Amino acid sequence: MNPSLPRYTRVAITLHWLIALAILCTFLLGQYMTALQLSPTKLKLYSYHKWIGVTIFMLVVTRVVWRLWHRPPPPPPSMPAWQHSAATIAHFFLYVLTLSIPISGWLMSSASGFQVVYFGQIPIPDLLAKDKVMADQLKDMHEALNWLMVVVVALHIAAALKHHIVDRDDVLWRMLPFLKQRSALK
Amino acid sequence: MRSIGVFSLLALMTASAPASAAAIDYANSEITFVSKQMNVPVQGRFRKFSANIDFDPRKPAAARAQIEVDLASIDTGSQDADAEVGKKAWFNTSVFPTAKFVSGAVTQAGTDKYEAHGKLSIKGIGQDVAAPFTVKRSGNAVTYEGSFTLKRLQFKIGEGIWSDTETVADEVLVKFRIVTVGNK
Repeated sequence: MNPSLPRYTRVAITLHWLIALAILCTFLLGQYMTALQLSPTKLKLYSYHKWIGVTIFMLVVTRVVWRLWHRPPPPPPSMPAWQHSAATIAHFFLYVLTLSIPISGWLMSSASGFQVVYFGQIPIPDLLAKDKVMADQLKDMHEALNWLMVVVVALHIAAALKHHIVDRDDVLWRMLPFLKQRSALK
Repeated sequence: MRSIGVFSLLALMTASAPASAAAIDYANSEITFVSKQMNVPVQGRFRKFSANIDFDPRKPAAARAQIEVDLASIDTGSQDADAEVGKKAWFNTSVFPTAKFVSGAVTQAGTDKYEAHGKLSIKGIGQDVAAPFTVKRSGNAVTYEGSFTLKRLQFKIGEGIWSDTETVADEVLVKFRIVTVGNK
């Protein structure tokens, strides 16, 4: 642990971008697969979607545990307090959503009568028995949570770009060290 | 609506069944199956079938059973699939509405344990199958319970793109519980 590190740890950075990529893939996959006619391809894509969802859940849990021992870098001193609060709330939402979306998907699958079998090998227990009404409600919830995530992610990206382009501070660099550090230029 | 269907089916059965066969208690009988999709076991069942069973434990060799399943009454576990499996590539129910099992020899395998050998016909294809089953008596009810595994591709259930067994496994476990009441 290095409290003076001005950026996120390598582990936190790797997990952040892995999770971001997995979410983007499985979100688009979810949009695509639900519109398909029933076919072997559709069954395969549903399974892949569920496997990626389980993976995201485990990566987010890892990230949360890691975060407990490795505090994120402090915000730049120039950043107003309200922005820091807004960022904290947005990050909290992102953690809650990236955990609750896979959980709602898993429960929805159980209630629909389809157990999730991770990579076709590891059966994940069904917490719910088959129940059509429950399955429909969970489907609505899974969708609503996803659209809420789209909103929060859009804010998250907009804020990161604003910091980098408008404020020209190190906020984005902390999570993307391939970029040139802004403060080094000053 | 469903109970009326079962009732009329029962009436039909009693009328057409040979005098020696016991009446079937359809409310307590069921034909279910487990298919595997992407290695995920999925439960299904047939809502409508008719059975004709003539079984005397003292003379298993003389036993006779005939079971006819209304394939359109399938409940695959998902509405999408219910609509799909009636199509040509699957059961083609408009041409082949029923699946039929006609027993040949029944052999004893142990106390109250037997094995029914017979011919299963689906989609115009007949295959020999052997189904182990148990017989339980309580009062005047007799329960025949057993299962067997069929290979769907042998019956051309799921042709074309659906013949891919990576997605839908070839093996389908068929389970039956048939309860008879009354004489015998």
